Amino acid sequence: MTAAPNATDPRLLRLSPEDNVLVLLAPVAAGESLRIDGRATPMKSAIPLGHKIAARAIAAGEKILKYGAPIGTATRDIAAGDHVHTHNLRSDYLPGPLEH
Amino acid sequence: MRAYLRPDGRKGIRNVVAVAYLVECAQHVAREIWWPHRGRGAHLIGFGGCYPNAYAFRMMSQLCRHPNVGAVLLVSLGCESFDRDALARLIRESGRPVELLVIQDRGGTRPTIDAGRAWVERSLDALGRAPRAEMGIHELIVGTICGGSDATSGISANPAAGRAFDLLVQAGGTAIFEETGELIGCEHIMARRAARPELAPELIACVDKAARHYATLGHGSFATGNAAGGLTTIEEKSMGAYSKSGRSPISGIIKPGDVPPAGGLYLLDVVPDGDVRFGFANINDIAEIAELIACGSHLILFTTGRGSVVGSAISPVIKICANPQTYRRMAEDMDIDAGRILEGKATLDQVGREIFDHVARAADGEPTASERLGHQEFALTYKSFEPLGPACLPRAVR
Repeated sequence: MTAAPNATDPRLLRLSPEDNVLVLLAPVAAGESLRIDGRATPMKSAIPLGHKIAARAIAAGEKILKYGAPIGTATRDIAAGDHVHTHNLRSDYLPGPLEH
Repeated sequence: MRAYLRPDGRKGIRNVVAVAYLVECAQHVAREIWWPHRGRGAHLIGFGGCYPNAYAFRMMSQLCRHPNVGAVLLVSLGCESFDRDALARLIRESGRPVELLVIQDRGGTRPTIDAGRAWVERSLDALGRAPRAEMGIHELIVGTICGGSDATSGISANPAAGRAFDLLVQAGGTAIFEETGELIGCEHIMARRAARPELAPELIACVDKAARHYATLGHGSFATGNAAGGLTTIEEKSMGAYSKSGRSPISGIIKPGDVPPAGGLYLLDVVPDGDVRFGFANINDIAEIAELIACGSHLILFTTGRGSVVGSAISPVIKICANPQTYRRMAEDMDIDAGRILEGKATLDQVGREIFDHVARAADGEPTASERLGHQEFALTYKSFEPLGPACLPRAVR
């Protein structure tokens, strides 16, 4: 199967079309390059299976969408391909896991 | 499916003698009675509190009269506040053989253990001759829970369990999902699935109560392992957990001990009513499984990403593993490898059908992975609940 020019790496799962994060279906190493909507995006850090990366640049204060639903708010600017987790995303309901 | 027909007309898929302690101080004696018979259908349950609690009494009375239970041995120390005579009477009225041993009246540990073991032995033999009856999928009640969740739970095992629930509900069966603290953030999406307009605000109120409860306690239903597994917020965990409910309309809300009045999909509200007391809403997955079983669940679907090993007393637990890496590490503990969905080896619909077929086989007597490994976990703590509101249940009668 040849990838379409705007294709996304098969290791990345977009759960809903409006989502601004993608889920990793396999772990990736730092420096690996993953195609997101046709653009080769280098990974700045190793990221485990099941974690999220930004599908596009996200500004601090924007809602993070997964399953087509808001799962919290970005606490800082996030570049496309960055790991999205407790360091840059917080819950709109309850304090997330505390960083001890 | 060949079921066990109980004298009260309910049909069970297992033939259990429950050994039940009525206070923590009676647990050792009850455990000693149960231990030699644990591989033959004796299960240990009980309530540890000495101060009485209406919720715990209701849980115990529903568990002791569960369709999978054929006979009950109650083990009391003698001075605890639990109303043992009322419990024994309810069990007797259901037609099940029941024996009450009071350790202080029996002369202590050893005479009680001897009497208890002999009673369990006789009851197991008698239950081997329990009448059998045909049972259809439409008569089955199945509960679902997720535990040891990671970010794969919400994209493979949970939606696959939801597909199995859709098949169960289409077949006329009853499905129960729960843990309103893990629905925080999806209450408005969920409310759109209410089978009746008056149920929608009740669904939202249930989740609001859970959010208040957790906010008061200063924690969420979110463990460090969840974050290590890639989940960041409670809303994210919720959306994944919510997918276990499938796509059927929601027929009603129940509380621990309420048996759904008809087939369909029900939300079990496990968060206590009133002021926040007694600490955590659910101290662990085991306590939630006990609540699902007290609502009549014959079987439990347990989805896990990080890899939970638990089973349960009374009702078999089917373990659905979301994460292919976890499945490879812990295959013996798992019944279903839903991680194949992530590897592109199976679709959600295929795994959903596989879970549904597995439910039918387990209901027909095939042991599940946790049963083969001897798991019979049980936990019951203090809680308090108010009665259900009038909008919570459909008017249909089973």
